Amino acid sequence: MGMVTMTELHKYGRTKFIMPGTAACPGCPLQVGMRQLAIALEGKFTMVIPAGCSSIIPGTAPYTAYTVPVLHVPFASSPAVASGLVRAIRQRGNEGPVVVWAGDGATADIGFATLSGAAYRNEDILYIMADNEAYMNTGIQASGTTPWMAWTTTSPKGKAEDKKDVALIMLMHKVPYVATASIAFPMDFIDKVRRAMQIRGFKFIHLHAPCPPGWKMDDAYTIRAARLAVETGAWILWEYNQGKLTISPPSMPYRDKSRRRPLEEYLKIQGRFAHLKPEDIKLMEEKIDRQWDLILKLVEIYK
Amino acid sequence: MVGQVSLAKQVRKVLVGDHAVAEAVKLAKVNVISAYPITPQTLIVERISEMIERGELKADYVRVESEFAALATVYGAAAGGARAFTATSSHGLFYMYEMLWWAAASRVPLVMAVVTRVIGPPWNIHDEHTDLLAIRDSGWIIGMAQNVQEAFDMTLTAFKISEDERVLLPVAVGLDGFILSHTAEPLDIPAQEDVDAWLPPRNPKIPYTIEPGGEAITMGNLPRNDVYHAILKKYMDESMEAAKKVIADVYNEYGKLTGRNYGPLTECYRCSDAKYIAISMGAWSGDILNAVERLRNEGYPIGLLRIRYIRPFPEEDITGWINGAKGVIIFDRDYSAGMGGVLASEISGFIPSNTSFEGVLAGIGGFDVSADEFTAIMREFVDRVEREGLVRIRKYWYIPKIER
Repeated sequence: MGMVTMTELHKYGRTKFIMPGTAACPGCPLQVGMRQLAIALEGKFTMVIPAGCSSIIPGTAPYTAYTVPVLHVPFASSPAVASGLVRAIRQRGNEGPVVVWAGDGATADIGFATLSGAAYRNEDILYIMADNEAYMNTGIQASGTTPWMAWTTTSPKGKAEDKKDVALIMLMHKVPYVATASIAFPMDFIDKVRRAMQIRGFKFIHLHAPCPPGWKMDDAYTIRAARLAVETGAWILWEYNQGKLTISPPSMPYRDKSRRRPLEEYLKIQGRFAHLKPEDIKLMEEKIDRQWDLILKLVEIYK
Repeated sequence: MVGQVSLAKQVRKVLVGDHAVAEAVKLAKVNVISAYPITPQTLIVERISEMIERGELKADYVRVESEFAALATVYGAAAGGARAFTATSSHGLFYMYEMLWWAAASRVPLVMAVVTRVIGPPWNIHDEHTDLLAIRDSGWIIGMAQNVQEAFDMTLTAFKISEDERVLLPVAVGLDGFILSHTAEPLDIPAQEDVDAWLPPRNPKIPYTIEPGGEAITMGNLPRNDVYHAILKKYMDESMEAAKKVIADVYNEYGKLTGRNYGPLTECYRCSDAKYIAISMGAWSGDILNAVERLRNEGYPIGLLRIRYIRPFPEEDITGWINGAKGVIIFDRDYSAGMGGVLASEISGFIPSNTSFEGVLAGIGGFDVSADEFTAIMREFVDRVEREGLVRIRKYWYIPKIER
């Protein structure tokens, strides 16, 4: 599998990697992201899914909308379950991809110990953290990756803490592959999955996935919000591949601050930031600048 | 002897209980082992690690960061078609609690050794059965060994029981911390080729395999109707009932292979003419049996019913033996807060109201109870019933005097 092309995307245009009639909310980013994952892996993989929206989306047993073998598992357990699963199937000569598809709560918070364990052991799994920036399945409670000042039902005045940078924490586990991605940039995400799958060992992709009900925005704005996050520089797409860290093509222009779109464009479509004052937005911009400084320094370090 | 299992060649070794369990894991050719160290379980996983390093056992050993991850890992391995094993104790077992239920209701075969130990606070590494008994509602088959030989036999047979299509439930093998885990005893170990003939590699297709390129099976998504969930629990219950027969069948075959015969769910010593029945589980049953022998010499008509498997609950065995008894005395090395001894609580419902009964809480926290003390406790119970008539005591705290 090489780099994905438009022709290939068109080829998959009508392929139902997820069967219709799911229980997902209108505008759900998770189906979009999972479909991109399925395109990347040509529909041949296994998923381990912890508690979260993606446990509900496939609908009710004895039916499922997912077209690959899936093991639904307790909230904190998925990296460990996938570790055992991959050891078992590799022993029998099955070299297929084992993917953990998990939300931000399962990854950054409750399952963080099992994630760290699986990463440090360099288990041969691909871990996708589909980050909708809160516990959406339980009704929009703040998670470790909810951004600073975002409204949630457990941070009614805006969250006081910063977003936990899970991808960088994973980088420090010295795993062979870590990247950030966005559902608004499918070719970038698909290429990342494919490059990751060339590697035997632990691969981690932090996939940004805007959630309309959770972010208090129109159902039609899922992709727009994801794209604006990148274009305002608020979400930086980068890739670390076996020693080398690079800014990914969709984020390249925004190394130059003057080329970023105004942050307000990203914030104003989201009701969760409606309470922000101008000075809050200014502070948020400073946080974004500092993140760019950090990532660009890492690009220099991991040349 | 066509079609019959023939007696295996056996080697006599002297091993501590933990190492005996490791030997059984090796002979079962387990594919994936994952565990986290906790006293007094650690000798099992240290020995298994050595076996793998030396090439005696071809398996993946996954060094995880917690017991929760250990059970999640072997669960994943079992769902991927492997024969898998873990071991733990006390706080580690409790840290696994959520996964215990998930693994059991997923109906994948698994074996776990539980080296029993007190639950803190205060910190205490000594022997109690409270940890093992706290998982009794989770869907695991639960056995408890009396000696090192039985710890070995129970572990080896556990794979056969768990993988049986009529069962497909995980099996926990209990052995008393230190009293068995760290105590060396002689035991007979069958030869690998004989075990191989009796216990072939696990069939990964039973009950199902989750793997890339495999059938698009989903395990665990929401039921369409809650009644569906109830039906699954009823199936589990039927499998627990079926397990009674399977355990009997497996030990029957195993008896032919090794010459060692077991109960299988319970064993009753000196019971056929007993008017009083003592009931216990685990290693101290040996001391209680000594006490029973002494009381027999004194003329007391008492026997000992030893529980080997508490899940499935050996209801038929228990009611069969206590039916017509004058008195039943139950020894618990465990405590259910607000209730009493777990065995006493569970068994008391089967004791007729005109039968005397005493639940004794002893050895809580791990203190030793000697055969002399058991003798005195049982003698006192029998004497009291003979003197006063019907006696019903659900909990009697046996607390010896200590130096302060």
